[in-house]
Amino acid sequence: MQAADTLLQMVRDNDTIRAFADRISQQASQLKKPLRIMEVCGGHTHAILEYGLDQLLPDRIQLIHGPGCPVCVLPQHRIDAAINLAQRPETILVTLGDMIRVPGSHGVSLQRTRAAGADVRYLYSPLDCLTIAAENPDKTVIYFAIGFETTTPMTALLLEKARDRQLDNLYVHSNHVLVPQAMEFILSAGGAVDAFIAPGHVSVMAGAEQYRTLSNKYRAPVVIAGFEPVDLLDAVLRIIHQVNSGIAEVDNAYSRFVKTTGNRKAQQLVEKYFEPDDDFLWRGIGRIPASALKLRRDYAERDAEAQFPASCPAPTEEKPNNCLCGSILMGLAQPTDCPLFADGCTPQNPQGSCMVSNEGACAAYYKYRRAS
Amino acid sequence: MDTIQLAHGSGGLENQQLIRELFFTAFDNPILADCEDAALINGGTLAVSTDSFTVSPLFFPGGNIGKLAVAGTLNDVAMRGARPQHLTVAFIIEEGLKLNTLTSVVRSMKEELSITGALVIAGDTKVVPRGAIDQLMINTTGFGSIVSDCNTRRIAAGDHVIISGNIARHGACIFAAREEIAIKGLTSDCCSLWPAIAPLLAAGLGIHAMRDATRGGISAVFNEWAQQTGLSFVLRQNDIPVSSEVRGFAEILGIDPYILACEGVFVLAVAPQDSATVIDLLHRHGHPQATLVGTVEGAHQQPTVLLHSAYGTKRRMEYPSGEILPRIC
Repeated sequence: MQAADTLLQMVRDNDTIRAFADRISQQASQLKKPLRIMEVCGGHTHAILEYGLDQLLPDRIQLIHGPGCPVCVLPQHRIDAAINLAQRPETILVTLGDMIRVPGSHGVSLQRTRAAGADVRYLYSPLDCLTIAAENPDKTVIYFAIGFETTTPMTALLLEKARDRQLDNLYVHSNHVLVPQAMEFILSAGGAVDAFIAPGHVSVMAGAEQYRTLSNKYRAPVVIAGFEPVDLLDAVLRIIHQVNSGIAEVDNAYSRFVKTTGNRKAQQLVEKYFEPDDDFLWRGIGRIPASALKLRRDYAERDAEAQFPASCPAPTEEKPNNCLCGSILMGLAQPTDCPLFADGCTPQNPQGSCMVSNEGACAAYYKYRRAS
Repeated sequence: MDTIQLAHGSGGLENQQLIRELFFTAFDNPILADCEDAALINGGTLAVSTDSFTVSPLFFPGGNIGKLAVAGTLNDVAMRGARPQHLTVAFIIEEGLKLNTLTSVVRSMKEELSITGALVIAGDTKVVPRGAIDQLMINTTGFGSIVSDCNTRRIAAGDHVIISGNIARHGACIFAAREEIAIKGLTSDCCSLWPAIAPLLAAGLGIHAMRDATRGGISAVFNEWAQQTGLSFVLRQNDIPVSSEVRGFAEILGIDPYILACEGVFVLAVAPQDSATVIDLLHRHGHPQATLVGTVEGAHQQPTVLLHSAYGTKRRMEYPSGEILPRIC
């Protein structure tokens, strides 16, 4: 842990943070107009609020929070599928982290479904599903897979190992989504964003290269960042520098982990098991072409959607809700703009998905900013 | 709420809501309404506290359910400023538990009792059918005589806030054990606190309130204090002691160490002129990481717990809520 401590000290060093803040202020004064930077990833939003980094930035730099929270963007009919699947007889439904807290269209979450008797488990490593499936050969084990490019390779590896170990009782319900497609959708909608801080963990897997096309097409600076104060301030500074220099390109401020091409082995594994899904509806946003991944037809015997169609409702457009989640996910509104924020919508009683997940922008504002 | 969920027992908002809306309403009386870790009876001379212990795994690095059941309850008595003297113990045992296991648990209870000299004066044994509980649960009730009544009402604006040692070790250790994440050197802080409290009380220092930061961690303590006193707590983030093992664990899983349980670390609000002496005594009695972390301030609007960073930003320290779940991406 000592090496980790030293690394953390470097990226959280007070003097370095102050020096970056000063440099940002100087360079921002040369900007011709205010700059709107979207951090796509929920982990970045969380870090910005946790460390109060926005308090260090001049007014001309506005940080806008993006849709990079896997639980927040999951439409209700897919949460309903998770709940329906968990309620099937002799079934164990396994998923990640705070997916278990998000309510479906009837206001019931996996947590409540579990309290009512269903076998719902959350885990940190998807590969633990192998042990659960091996120990419960008479039960159906369904892994409700969520996450961006970061978690998809682990689901692919789970599928590979399940085949090797002939665990015929293990299924996957895929809700994996893709970052560049969402970024392009936001840019194509126009107006809200001038530049991006691109996600760190996603880029470790998918590579820096994947943002090149959209950066060129929309002339938007894209800088990949880590999750520490120095990482994020460094990314902001690099974006300002690009804008002041009249360039727009992909820059990697997280080169200690991110390679241009990403993790090729992980990408090949994902390619083997998954193909683009055109039917995925992003919550509050709608259909984004090829923005999700579904299991290839060759692996339909593992696909919970193919095997248990009666439990998986068809994609339906969301009923309009009086919360601003859709606009917040598109970068058109801040959490505090929503009339329900902290008043009718809280983490204990969320009205919209941005408040449900710990990685959601509303939850981060509620946690770190409410009435302070 | 129509069913009880795990969050109703995790020391956060839902837990507090259940206690207030159901238990406090049903059992309402002035002693209970004090909301302290230990209640005072017998004309204010006897402190009483009760706690039930259920932990998986039963044995963890740094302790086991038996040690926890003795130290945990006696610590609550000590936090009120009372010398722990007596303990009742009730065992609820699942059919099929190995006698060896139970014997090891009882042995470490005996060992832990010897630290304070408290006596077990009554007990109960129940065996329930296989599957009715997970192996073993223990309930203990502790009694102690008041040396100096420490309670939340004595906290005043201007008080100094001290944390006795590295936070979150117990919570991180149990979480890591359950998730089978091996982190070298990560052990529970489970221990009896009376040996550190006794010299503080004997020295007649201005110890206004103490609370061990168990379920809900230091965040629950500070937020409860803020709510109960109407005062704000301003803490310097860099001064809050966190071991490198816990920091690593928290970073990997995306879990806030402030909401993780301690079982041998407590928080003190003390008169400002006495804080240096208090810290010195804690250092000399087994708590070398004891640190001054902040001050109590009069609340401007709402009482809050604020964290100040060393580079000039500030944020809330939120009251824990819901189950503790690791981050996804």
